[in-house]
Amino acid sequence: MASTATTPPPSLVVKDAREKLSLFERLKKGDEATFLVTFASALSIIVVTCLLVQHLWIDSVLSRHAFGWKFLHTSTWDPVADQYGALPFIYGTVVTSFLALLLAVPVGIGAAIFLAELAPRRLSNVLTFMIELLAAVPSVIYGLLGIFVLLPILRDYVVPPLQKTLGFLPIFKGAFYGVSYFSAACVLAIMIVPFIVSISREVLLAVPQAQREAMMALGATKWDVTWKSVVPYAQRGMIGSVFLALARALGETMAVTMVIGNVPAIHASLLSPGYTIAAVIANEFTEATGDLYISALIELALVLFAVTMIINAIARLLLLGMKSQETTH
Amino acid sequence: MIRRLMLCAALTASAAFPLCAQQVNITGAGSTFAAPLYNAWANEYAKLHPGTQINYQSIGSGGGIRQISSGTVDFGGTDSPMNDKLLAEAKQKLGTDILHFPVALGGVVPIHNIPGVSKDLNFTGAALAGIYLGKITKWNDPEIAKANPGVNLPGNNIVVCHRSDSSGTTFIWADFLSKASADWKNKVGAAPSLNWPVGIGGKGNEGVAGFVRQTPNSIGYVELIYAVQNKMTYGQVQNSAGKFIKADLNSVTAAAAGAVKAMPADFRVSITGAPGATAYPVSSFTWMLVPRDMKDKTKGATLKAFLIWGMTEGQKFAQPLSYAPLPRPVVEKELAAIKTLHY
Repeated sequence: MASTATTPPPSLVVKDAREKLSLFERLKKGDEATFLVTFASALSIIVVTCLLVQHLWIDSVLSRHAFGWKFLHTSTWDPVADQYGALPFIYGTVVTSFLALLLAVPVGIGAAIFLAELAPRRLSNVLTFMIELLAAVPSVIYGLLGIFVLLPILRDYVVPPLQKTLGFLPIFKGAFYGVSYFSAACVLAIMIVPFIVSISREVLLAVPQAQREAMMALGATKWDVTWKSVVPYAQRGMIGSVFLALARALGETMAVTMVIGNVPAIHASLLSPGYTIAAVIANEFTEATGDLYISALIELALVLFAVTMIINAIARLLLLGMKSQETTH
Repeated sequence: MIRRLMLCAALTASAAFPLCAQQVNITGAGSTFAAPLYNAWANEYAKLHPGTQINYQSIGSGGGIRQISSGTVDFGGTDSPMNDKLLAEAKQKLGTDILHFPVALGGVVPIHNIPGVSKDLNFTGAALAGIYLGKITKWNDPEIAKANPGVNLPGNNIVVCHRSDSSGTTFIWADFLSKASADWKNKVGAAPSLNWPVGIGGKGNEGVAGFVRQTPNSIGYVELIYAVQNKMTYGQVQNSAGKFIKADLNSVTAAAAGAVKAMPADFRVSITGAPGATAYPVSSFTWMLVPRDMKDKTKGATLKAFLIWGMTEGQKFAQPLSYAPLPRPVVEKELAAIKTLHY
């Protein structure tokens, strides 16, 4: 009886304990520690990105002062005369990446839907394993395959009928030597399909079973269930996988430079050779001498960064638009 | 007992340390073309002089020039000589001159793929310049035909291929074209990467060779070493004596011998189109870049000894690696010049 009288009520104990806990003890409890650790991780990403931009900005100062905005809208790239313009590279980067997406998204999404919804589980597992293997192949291998396998196929079997039927379009005009925007886009498409497939499949598999059962109970066909109930639920994640694929396509270097032809010029025809930002940096940085030349190459890296940011921003805006549409419906 | 052991260990360690201090590390960086030779030299030299370690990183000629100019390596390697502006910039940063020493020779050869033509073609300098300027567009152009009597050349369009990555190979090729054609010199010039008037870029020797092999009616150029090692056929190029020469190690060395008379004291000389009846015209030195002064005198002495060894004993490792060895008179001139180093 006496002991109970001396002990304070439980709520008071907790309060006292909280006041007395040292920082170390609070850290040991877990919440603060988790917060600090995860905060540090998140911060490190921002710090690295900022340092990267700052470094590119400082190292490109010579080129930025020498050319100004002209750098972005002129097309001469002449290391002998120290004249640099980035437009053909920007054009090549954007064209090849979007063309690659155009080719890869239908295939990737289709494959993901098949693997997640329609295929027998065992077949799905085998195919998924193979697709994930594809994602791990180094890009130089894709480049070599592009040169030795894809280019001859395109030159002998794909492009001649294409030019015969659609040759009147400016995008399919001109002589085709194998290396071109189109070939680069094909190689890129092959490289990014695995990303789209494996992420989209995971997202589709994560859709709750109830979502499907509800539709089925209403008498919907399997396709109706997939298209009207599962895919819309997983839409956001699938679009995310496309962004990731786009980022990979924009920055890809080795495979692209091997099949694009490396000609810094702007052609309307997708069958003409071109050049991308990542490819020119990889090709010329090692042997570049002269401060302005190096500075111009670094400014190209800055431009690539900006292009990636802008495209991502546009994509986010599109997503936001979609979201608001959903809510108004 | 344990204490005694520890004492023993400490004594051994202190005895071993002076030995470690005598180990001299020399670092070089630059030309990928010359990397196999520098690496072979480093291996052999380390066998002969166990206290010396030589490291060479093949990061490209431009990287070699940048690193030696900022003093981060002890020597650089380059396939195109530094121009006066770069040398002045380097002197400002480094406080001393950078000297060029030729260590070996290489050549660049034209390769082509014309359906129905199995013979290796003869090319004049004017024909090659015309093709790469986009002025000669058909294989049966008179400039090509007159150098190849008896060859039935088709009237197809020529597909031109060049290197897309910056490279000493391109510099040598463009340097030769500059001498063969005033038009090329004024419009394009010579550098490791160019503003090409026509053509498609292939990455590396393998990119150019792969493109030419697969594309009918195409022409490209590759390093002689690459062509020899891959057993490729290649065309002959007309030299300054008017003869069509097939590139090999002897004809490349002959080009260097032909250029000895006009050799400047700093060895920064282009030997494309060199005189000599047997000289192959698209040849060049590859240079080692060393500073005239070095703060660390032990390092300096080691570098100097390595350089002298490379010029003399080291030359016998060039040929097995398909580099053309330096001609005797060039070596003698270099050995005299090495004496001007301040270490």
